[in-house]
Amino acid sequence: MNDRHREAFREEAQELLGELESSLLELEGKPGDVDLVGRVFRAMHTIKGSGAMFGFDDVAAFTHDVETIYDKVRNGELTIDRRLIDLTLSACDEIRRMINHSGESTAADLDRVAGLVKGFREYLQAGGKPDASPPAVAPSAEADAQSVTLRIRFKPLPGLFNTGTNPMLLLNELRDLGTCTVVAQTEQIPPLESMDPESCYTWWDILLTTEQGVNAVRDVFIFVEDDCELKIEPVDSGTAIEVEDSGYKKLGEILAEKGDLAPQALQEVLGRQRKVGELLVDAGLVTPEKVQSALAEQAHVREVRQKRATAESAASIRVPAEKLDSLVNMVGELVTVQSRLSQLANRINDLALLQLSEEVERLIAGLRDDTMSIRMLPIGTTFSRFQRLVRDLSGELGKQIVLETEGAETELDKTVIEKLSDPLVHLIRNCIDHGIETPEKRRAQGKPEQGVIHLAAEHSGANVFIRIADDGAGLNPGAIREKAVERGLISPDAALSDKELFNLIFAPGFSTARTVTSVSGRGVGMDVVKRAIDALQGTVDITSEPNVGTTITLKLPLTLAIIDGLLVRIDDQHFILPLSSIEECIELTRADVERAHGKRLATIRGEIVPYIRLRDEFRMPGKGPDIEQIVTAKLDGHRVGFVVDEVVGGHQTVIKSLGRAYRNVAEVSGATILGDGRVALILDLPKLVQTAERTEKRSVPTGVV
Amino acid sequence: MSKTIMTVDDSASVRQMVAFTLKDAGYAVLEAVDGKDALGRLAGAGVDMVITDLNMPNMDGISLIRALREKPEFKFIPIVMLTTESQAEKKMEGKSAGATGWIVKPFKPEQLIAVVKKVLG
Repeated sequence: MNDRHREAFREEAQELLGELESSLLELEGKPGDVDLVGRVFRAMHTIKGSGAMFGFDDVAAFTHDVETIYDKVRNGELTIDRRLIDLTLSACDEIRRMINHSGESTAADLDRVAGLVKGFREYLQAGGKPDASPPAVAPSAEADAQSVTLRIRFKPLPGLFNTGTNPMLLLNELRDLGTCTVVAQTEQIPPLESMDPESCYTWWDILLTTEQGVNAVRDVFIFVEDDCELKIEPVDSGTAIEVEDSGYKKLGEILAEKGDLAPQALQEVLGRQRKVGELLVDAGLVTPEKVQSALAEQAHVREVRQKRATAESAASIRVPAEKLDSLVNMVGELVTVQSRLSQLANRINDLALLQLSEEVERLIAGLRDDTMSIRMLPIGTTFSRFQRLVRDLSGELGKQIVLETEGAETELDKTVIEKLSDPLVHLIRNCIDHGIETPEKRRAQGKPEQGVIHLAAEHSGANVFIRIADDGAGLNPGAIREKAVERGLISPDAALSDKELFNLIFAPGFSTARTVTSVSGRGVGMDVVKRAIDALQGTVDITSEPNVGTTITLKLPLTLAIIDGLLVRIDDQHFILPLSSIEECIELTRADVERAHGKRLATIRGEIVPYIRLRDEFRMPGKGPDIEQIVTAKLDGHRVGFVVDEVVGGHQTVIKSLGRAYRNVAEVSGATILGDGRVALILDLPKLVQTAERTEKRSVPTGVV
Repeated sequence: MSKTIMTVDDSASVRQMVAFTLKDAGYAVLEAVDGKDALGRLAGAGVDMVITDLNMPNMDGISLIRALREKPEFKFIPIVMLTTESQAEKKMEGKSAGATGWIVKPFKPEQLIAVVKKVLG
């Protein structure tokens, strides 16, 4: 509330209170003086009204009763006595205090106020019915944003202008509420000689399509309700859709189509046909303006219905999933063929063909993107399932857990979402069962009794990250280690980092739960989860801190079927590197290699980048060219280079699975068919790095990677 | 040319708030402390709209409205009364005296502007 206004009010109130007190003292001596009573009443009235406006609600509430009493005195319903004057003077003190020390009322203050109010109330009860002020009319919140078309007839009485009302302004207000068609009805305007310029003879028929509801329309006429005839009727409920003239063709159309009637003759006769409206006007049954009004209504509603029809049909269509899959497949094949077309065009080097091929490439890229996006659904629907799960499960186990979600609008491919559902359920069950402690345990650790599971999804590059974090007990590296040794997964003296220990929980048959609960702990869960994520070409990562919590991060590619890749060549073999992680390609000369003295490190713009020589990695014969290409990629926050003979260019590929035989070759995620029919292997860069690191470790004890 | 509105109220703080709000919205404002004062000031000046309190000394709001409507230059201008909740009958009286509309106290600045837009444009 504006402070200057409050200050202004304070000043004014001081004056008023001063006047009030002197009036009261005078009134004591002259109880019948109507003027004095009026003054007291007015002062109270002003203090109350202005007090409320400037935020002094306690003053307003308190003064209400006093004002009422003096109103009754004014009307002769109450008489002034000594006690009333005392009460009122004390009231003035209170009001002064409330205004000067706003918001600082002590208990003693409130008691005093209550006492005064009680005293005043006695006068009110004695004097008659307590003042029932009409409750403030709160505007009813229009819940429906549904569109409705109303037929409004606004017929002002001739004396409308005498209240200073301008009907044009009212019509403008209606126009602001939606789509409006206004037809003025002027039939009652008398000729100039007999017209009274100060009277209103015009009335209006209005068609209004609005989403604000009937009450908003009534509000427009709130000041003139008594000065006009107002009719508001809905004419179109908001769901009816215009259907093309149902019923078969018209008589004339059929005759013309059959050749029995020449089209021009039909037109001519129709032209002579008189319209219903004309006929009615001629017959004196209806005024021309009323016809115009009705026609306007027809046109208005028809337009509204047509708009609605297009809008609704554009909303959504249900499609069987197989149709979509088939479409995606075909788009994939199209991508391959387009790639071959591009290659051919390049080889033939015909300008016209090249331009055409480029256009095809552009269109197919768009088609691919659109098709892929059709399959994308927000993950939110999956998330909402989990709320119920968390609630029921935590209740069962006597724990208090709340599930927070973030990024529900993140979209994933439909199949990915389906395949993720079970793994996510299991991970969450794990959090609830093993992760989050009982309320007592949590209290003992100084944690809030209610545990939190935070489920988040977000896009990053060509991947989706799904995080499941809990603020529970965290993983116990010691217990995991024990179990792993017990199960023979690691040797007793193996040195493993915490992170490596955590990853062991994904090994088949592993479970550290002391007792196997009905919920989980059977030891089949985590490895199934890992396999499911692997199948989706994703990765799982765990971080955990004892007593603080655990976070599991799933990284999944956005789409399974088609990826953008970089086509590279080593000798006559081609490979595809997924474009999403790739940063740049630079030359790597023999000199650069030698400079590094045997370590596979390159210096790129001052930064040392380790690299993998794919020729060596794949044990391909031959030395390779003097000048090779190093392709750098950002993987897991680290920059790594991959050395090839030549970088051919970008290449959209449809990922074809290599088949079961090659399932265990982690470094190759699939293959694709090139334009000339040859096969190129698609490399999994992170896996390549992992393998290379392991080889390094084994061969060079102090190896730098 | 901006429109001119006269605010009539015996409470200085209300007058100030109304004037401030209206000026902020681009209107020119004249002030008067009661009905008699208002008529006096209006004698020379033209005004496009009047906002008046009802309870005022010397000449109250209803009388002012009646007086204004009798003058040809003010017969058709919008006149809005400031009422309190408990004065439903006053609304009727005001309307028959020729008031265009009303605003219930306490009101927020936005409500004032909304009503001015409604009756004055």
